[in-house]
Amino acid sequence: MNIVVCVKQTPDTAATVTVQGGKVAWGDAPLILNPWDEFAVEQALRTKEAHGGKVIALSLGPEAAREALKHALAVGCDEARLVSDPAFEASDSLVVSSALAAAIRKIGEVDLVFFGRQAVDSDTGITGAQVARRLGWPALSLVAAVASLDPAAKSISVDRMLDEGRQQLKSSLPAVVSVVKEICEPRYPSFMGIRKASKIEIPVWSAADIGMAQVPAPALSWPEIFAPPKVETHCEMISGDTPEATASRLAARLIEEKVI
Amino acid sequence: MAGKIAVYIDHFNGVPAISSWEGLTAARQLAGSLGGGLTALVIGHQVSAVADEAIRHGADDALLVDDAVCKDYRPETYATALTKILQSQPFEVVIFPTTGRTRELAAMSAVDLETGTAPDVLAFEVKDGKVIATRPVYAGKLLTKVVFREKRPQFFLIRSRIFAQPEADAARKGSVSRVDVQGLQPLSEVVGYKASEAGVSLTDAAIVVTGGRGVSNNTLTPPAGLTDEKQKEIWRAQQGFVMLRELAGVLGAAVGASRAAVDAGFIPYANQVGQTGKVVTPDVYFACGVSGAIQHLAGMRNSKTIIAINKDAEAPIFKLARFGIVGDIFEIVPALTREFKSQLGK
Repeated sequence: MNIVVCVKQTPDTAATVTVQGGKVAWGDAPLILNPWDEFAVEQALRTKEAHGGKVIALSLGPEAAREALKHALAVGCDEARLVSDPAFEASDSLVVSSALAAAIRKIGEVDLVFFGRQAVDSDTGITGAQVARRLGWPALSLVAAVASLDPAAKSISVDRMLDEGRQQLKSSLPAVVSVVKEICEPRYPSFMGIRKASKIEIPVWSAADIGMAQVPAPALSWPEIFAPPKVETHCEMISGDTPEATASRLAARLIEEKVI
Repeated sequence: MAGKIAVYIDHFNGVPAISSWEGLTAARQLAGSLGGGLTALVIGHQVSAVADEAIRHGADDALLVDDAVCKDYRPETYATALTKILQSQPFEVVIFPTTGRTRELAAMSAVDLETGTAPDVLAFEVKDGKVIATRPVYAGKLLTKVVFREKRPQFFLIRSRIFAQPEADAARKGSVSRVDVQGLQPLSEVVGYKASEAGVSLTDAAIVVTGGRGVSNNTLTPPAGLTDEKQKEIWRAQQGFVMLRELAGVLGAAVGASRAAVDAGFIPYANQVGQTGKVVTPDVYFACGVSGAIQHLAGMRNSKTIIAINKDAEAPIFKLARFGIVGDIFEIVPALTREFKSQLGK
């Protein structure tokens, strides 16, 4: 099995994110592997451990995105590729999906591609489906479990999580799978893993290297990014001599204010 | 008569996602500036009732792809059908609700049409004929405006419960035109389905009752058979959620959980509210034993009225709350349930 896992580097979810001079800033907060992608990496590793083969971590981003790939290598991915080019700087998912699909084609024989459900910075959750569409492979999204995988028969069946319930889907390989948190518990990088990762060379591919001599203009532009207006909430504390009295007072206030 | 604006009506096996109707509200608002009527887009098999319902909720007419291949929703077939509709009818804007289906469906059709996709839109404005959408990034810590350059149609997916539910009008009439689409090829097959137990969908709920790690902090005695400490804690937490479900039942609310409660194994992940769970925007949010970590706030900060009940008076959740009670949820919540039962006459 040749498995690709697509990852993104994002600011830590606990970071205080602000806008300074029109640019997004997160102070001293560390850049991390997108938390959703940790589940994708883990599932890729478990698939390799069960069926053999190798896992290649793939990222598109600036030189700093190397850190996300190092995390993926430290937990056990075999190889990594970084697609990096100034031409991708203002890309939207239409351009990113095009580049990732081109990189996957360049990697060659690939049976499975894993994505996390979304990145915690742009929060769009559409890139995986777009890569599947560009490759012409089945898109299995919001996957909560891989029920069965048969590399010889080139087939996979998964549980997909919907608002309405859980669906079981079956498709052929190669396929693109985007995973939700329920699928597995990610492992932590070990000291040995981190040492090993630091020795693995990460090839960097430019736009031209993946056959995108002309990077198309994005369809979208983002004329303004800003902090949401501060909502001044004054918390009205409710208390009473007994829980019943407190509850009764709260219920009365909620009904009085037409909240309920 | 095709206008400039289409609204994709998302449904699951013929049951419309109610946020689809909110899409009609958003579209009507845009039509006020852009002009023209609203066309509902419906894809499925034997779903003409969905198209009729869209008209009653405010669409002027509807385009319907009715094909046996589309009986089960699969992104590849639906995306191709949508692409073909949009290639034959040049709409300026297509509004979608944001659901697990539309996110991928719009994304795929956008690839076919080489256009953009903006999910989770919170607001629209129109300036000099250009649509400017506002959407959250960094889990709502920031907002960004999004504008389409030259590419059309513009795909906007609106977040649930931001735009009002339109009233259905049984007298509204409009034409439903069938669009014949050839060569739809699913790439995967639905082989099973199990409906979730949760009654009210979290993202559509007007009221949400959420439990945090604190739900296991009770003195109930686990059954004698349970000896493992972890199992005892989970059992206690589950009793806590039974109590929250009773309150939710009286209020017609959905039950949510913090990540801490989900990670501890108290309740399934499907109930998780927060950055790595669901984003909810109910009218009323009861946070019971939830401390209010920044990742949890990301999933509920836009709730209209937040009520926090927590033992710890310093819990960050009180900073966001409109009403707060410092106390034990196991004393307060059952009292609240009784109180609402009598005051609301249930």
